[in-house]
Amino acid sequence: MKFNFKKYIFTIIFFSIIVLSYIFDFSTGKSIFTNFSSFFITMIKFVPAVFILIGLFDVWVKRETIEKHLGEKSSLLAYFWSLVLAGTTVGGLYVAFPIAAALYRKGARVRIIFTYLGAAAVCRIPMTLFEASYVGLKFTAVRWFTSIPLIILSSIFMEKYLEKNNIKLIDNSDTASD
Amino acid sequence: MIYILTAVLIIILAIFDYQKTLKGIKIGVKKLLKNTPVFLNMIILVAVSLHYISDDLILKYLGRGSGVLGMAISSILGSLTLMPGFVAFPLAGVLISKGVNHTVIAAFTTTLMMVGLVTYPIEKEYFGVRITVIRNLIGFLIAIIVSLIIGIFYKELIF
Repeated sequence: MKFNFKKYIFTIIFFSIIVLSYIFDFSTGKSIFTNFSSFFITMIKFVPAVFILIGLFDVWVKRETIEKHLGEKSSLLAYFWSLVLAGTTVGGLYVAFPIAAALYRKGARVRIIFTYLGAAAVCRIPMTLFEASYVGLKFTAVRWFTSIPLIILSSIFMEKYLEKNNIKLIDNSDTASD
Repeated sequence: MIYILTAVLIIILAIFDYQKTLKGIKIGVKKLLKNTPVFLNMIILVAVSLHYISDDLILKYLGRGSGVLGMAISSILGSLTLMPGFVAFPLAGVLISKGVNHTVIAAFTTTLMMVGLVTYPIEKEYFGVRITVIRNLIGFLIAIIVSLIIGIFYKELIF
């Protein structure tokens, strides 16, 4: 596995600035680094595990299973599954991207992928409970019940739009297996 | 914790088929390493953006917020930032206690979660620029609609 320096340029520049900030007592730099470490620690607590789980998913879950439940021939139940998965996704939208990519490569249909992404953004269960404790149950409930239909509708729209314009959902360098 | 869940799952799956499980772990690690630069970049963007669009700034700009202007400001701020939930919601709670419209808060939190300038690099890696832009625009639209409906519910808007 070669170590690709080019990709890390931004990171290297960033850390150089941070080190300089500490040497020269530059408070903006220090405060930015505080933000960085706090968020970094938050992410370390689950991101690697998510990728391992995606790897296991890639290897263990059969394509037929995903196609049957989330693919072209799936029923309305597929929406339910995508919402369940979204509800249990930890972290945030950024972690949903690799998960969505893995699902798509196993044959989930586009609209389900977008439903999952949208729902993973705003309907995660742990976060929702947290939210309700700060802004109230009513606010959270209204938000949920309006967001979910909108997300589903927009995911269908996205699927049709991509079809019409013949855009493939994924075409990236991430390793696929299978 | 998710690590415990993962470990348990690995043990169970390894009992069924060790080689397959090992392969899965290797694939996961490989993906993790491959994604590290882009995730680090995102964390950097978040760190920088949160410094400039800080809690105080948000309180200041949204604090007077109401009406269309409030919604516009909050949705733009929300789109530009990414905050972990446990930072964003206490902030929302403070805003509510200051009397900020629920409409404005809904616009802020929904755009915060669905639309992302900071998530753009990662999303673009996976789905390409075009899809990323479209999805974010749609997310923005959804946020506006949701906020308007919240506004109606809280009788802050009258139609």
